[in-house]
Amino acid sequence: MNTPATVRRNTPQRYRMEAGKCASCGKVYFPPRVVCACGSRKFKAYSLPSEGKVVAHTVIRTAPRGFGDEAPYCMGIVELKDGTRILCQIADCEPERLKVGLPVALEFRKIQEAGESGVIAYGYKAVPER
Amino acid sequence: MRDVAIIGIGMTDFGELWNDSLRDLFVKAALEAIADAGVDHVDSLVAGCMTPGLFTGQEHLGSLLADYLGQGPIPGTRVESACASGGLALRVGFMEVASGMSDVVLVGGVEKMTDVSGAQATYALATAADQDYEAFHGATFPGLYALIASAHMHKYGTKREDLAQVAVKNHDNGLLNPHAQYRMKITVDQVIQSVKVADPLNILDCSPITDGAACAVLCPLEMARKMRPRKPVVKIAASAHATDTIALHQREDLTFLKSTWEAAQKAYKMAGIKASDVDFAEVHDCFTIAEICVLEALGVVKRGQGGKATRDGLTARDGKFPVNPSGGLKSKGHPVGATGVAQIHEIVSQLRGEAGARQLKNVKRGLAQNMGGSGGSAIVHILEVL
Amino acid sequence: MVGIVGYGAYIPRYRIKVEEIAKVWGADAPSYKKGLMLREKSVPGPDQDVITIAVEAAKNAIRRAGVSGERVGAVYVGSESHPYAVKPTGTAVAEVIGAVSDCHCADLEFACKAGSEGMFLAYGLVKSGEVEYALGIGADTSQGAPGDALEYSAAAGGAAFLMGTQNVVATVDCQYSFMTDTPDFWRREYMHYPRHGGRFTGDMAYFKHVRGGVEGILKKAKAKAKDFKYAVFHQPNGKFPMKMAKDLGFTEEQMKTGLLVPTLGNTYSGASPLGLSAILDEARPGDRILMCSFGSGAGSDAFVFTCTKNLPKVQGKAKKTRDYLDKNPFYLDYGTYVKFRRKIRKNVED
Repeated sequence: MNTPATVRRNTPQRYRMEAGKCASCGKVYFPPRVVCACGSRKFKAYSLPSEGKVVAHTVIRTAPRGFGDEAPYCMGIVELKDGTRILCQIADCEPERLKVGLPVALEFRKIQEAGESGVIAYGYKAVPER
Repeated sequence: MRDVAIIGIGMTDFGELWNDSLRDLFVKAALEAIADAGVDHVDSLVAGCMTPGLFTGQEHLGSLLADYLGQGPIPGTRVESACASGGLALRVGFMEVASGMSDVVLVGGVEKMTDVSGAQATYALATAADQDYEAFHGATFPGLYALIASAHMHKYGTKREDLAQVAVKNHDNGLLNPHAQYRMKITVDQVIQSVKVADPLNILDCSPITDGAACAVLCPLEMARKMRPRKPVVKIAASAHATDTIALHQREDLTFLKSTWEAAQKAYKMAGIKASDVDFAEVHDCFTIAEICVLEALGVVKRGQGGKATRDGLTARDGKFPVNPSGGLKSKGHPVGATGVAQIHEIVSQLRGEAGARQLKNVKRGLAQNMGGSGGSAIVHILEVL
Repeated sequence: MVGIVGYGAYIPRYRIKVEEIAKVWGADAPSYKKGLMLREKSVPGPDQDVITIAVEAAKNAIRRAGVSGERVGAVYVGSESHPYAVKPTGTAVAEVIGAVSDCHCADLEFACKAGSEGMFLAYGLVKSGEVEYALGIGADTSQGAPGDALEYSAAAGGAAFLMGTQNVVATVDCQYSFMTDTPDFWRREYMHYPRHGGRFTGDMAYFKHVRGGVEGILKKAKAKAKDFKYAVFHQPNGKFPMKMAKDLGFTEEQMKTGLLVPTLGNTYSGASPLGLSAILDEARPGDRILMCSFGSGAGSDAFVFTCTKNLPKVQGKAKKTRDYLDKNPFYLDYGTYVKFRRKIRKNVED
């Protein structure tokens, strides 16, 4: 969904990687949550690091609506330096280069747009060293 | 809590059923189940359907289906747990009978997926994933399961051929199922050479888009024992439900379907058995890798051994632990909300000795595992013939 | 003293060679390459635009400056290809670096000199004491019409400069703008591609205004061409800035570090700013730099910078301009290029 409201509401996470760290057990939640699995309701503001490595990867060849022009595109689960895992596209990456352990850094990219006249939703993609 | 039996089953063919609307499908399956049960009235209906709204623009299914079954003014409930909606419908119906709230309950599942374009269907299915942290980035369900496959192959050395073998086996089974969507033999090579969807998965690793419905009638076990003429009585020995993180990347172990493990452990305990006491299973092979991971999560094989077990024929129709004798989601088809109840249809048929060419020998106890999304929810039922 | 406290560049990874474009249109590649002194250009990926480029360049500038984004009091982004006709680019940059919510912001437009104008505004605001730090960014993903001469050079990239008064890495010693109303190159509202006056765009536009800018600033700074270690002019192709340099008394040696266009193409509002960031990546304390942009319509912004002893401390803190430009680029064929640049007419999806 790409509406003005959803784009605005997701900005702190998509633009600044704002997460929450449980003040009790230290578990990091992205996006931030109200309740930790340990039961605590107290969290510290925390921003995710931008470097990490790929722990699982695929190449999406049959794309969902809105992503057709980008297919085939690489997608992966990235484990950031602090251990937090995120899912995102792996950009500027030839499919043959994908492997578990590939070092990547997050870059600001266009993720979706609501058609040629709609709002553009930006966010993060993982990019390997050139 | 009373013991609960399944006294009637019914299902439509599974496929692209252009002439049948959502309500047509459900009514067909329901009437067949009601006739099979030998009752003329039900106290309540529970229907599982993932998203009639996005597929057909229709909500308020409880009212619609009770109305079109001519069973008004009974209560009608629609439940949802993505692809586990059917299993959830059985569970809720089970609780209704077990608790004594109702005596005869019709449970069913239905999905009408072909009224919309393939792109819209893919969008609708993706609502089972985390919208802001998975679907937003362009993740598809084949993509998420491909990531599980990537992790499983890296961690355990599972081979591409092991995945393909799941599809080959399930097609061998589906060939014998008159209701199945795809009744054709395929080979490992054909699977691997088929159109790429999300590496390493090809189109023949993926369950299809399907229309269909399946229903069952439940009643207290004591009532079932007294019914004449009497078919073999099938008891629901266990019903369990568990959840895990909705987003795949937040799981502790990407290769492990924890919600299935949790639900299965609860089910074994409720039935008073171990995993090895189950004779066969119908599991959620939405993608070939899923069946491999489910074997491990059910405790049928050790962690990481699902690929090898498939390769060695453990789960073939003539293997020690047949899995998906119906053809599974892959060959039988996967009308999302209906699948969980279609699994029950197969297990009951097998336990009663009514499975025709697919009949397994000497089966007394079957397990159904139905899963939502990439494993965010799992529902396990264990059925026994008395 | 006011000056640059942090700088950063961003260039996409994709490229297309002159030969690849020429063969589709039946043009003579060698003569284009010789005439333009340009071999290939950068291409933005389908997921890149002026907002993503400006953001990454700004992040690099902030990394080098080592200040918290919260302290940035103004963000100005100049471009000819802002993603929205109405809705700013600068606000996205401000959000990413954390400069929101108390921050000035406006998008700028003046053909290829919108970026340098942003640098001037940022500098001026800091100099006046109105804000502590201000960002001036030039970035573009401009397009040339298919088959037109500009298709060979219109490229993508951007550079960002954080102006401040503390730990300055290059002081702004002098600035000067030269401007007339001249219709050399334009794009009317709702038109997809720009148009230009052919050979008129040389003498009457580029050369007149760059000369005006450089001569003006040399006079204001009481300096001569030979006083500078580096010079960078607007670079729509390789030929114009080198001819201008020769006419004004600057040597190839002074020009070569900032001349990126032969393998980058013309990054419009990013052109001379990227040349400047490439120079800053290599310059030593005490080196003087002269920069003169050019924007059609028409005008030029000139700056004199002097590198300080703080510069070597920050050069390695973010990716260098030449690393973006030279390392492992990915070459496209014309078909993929036009697909990326959305020049193909498709069915409208419902």
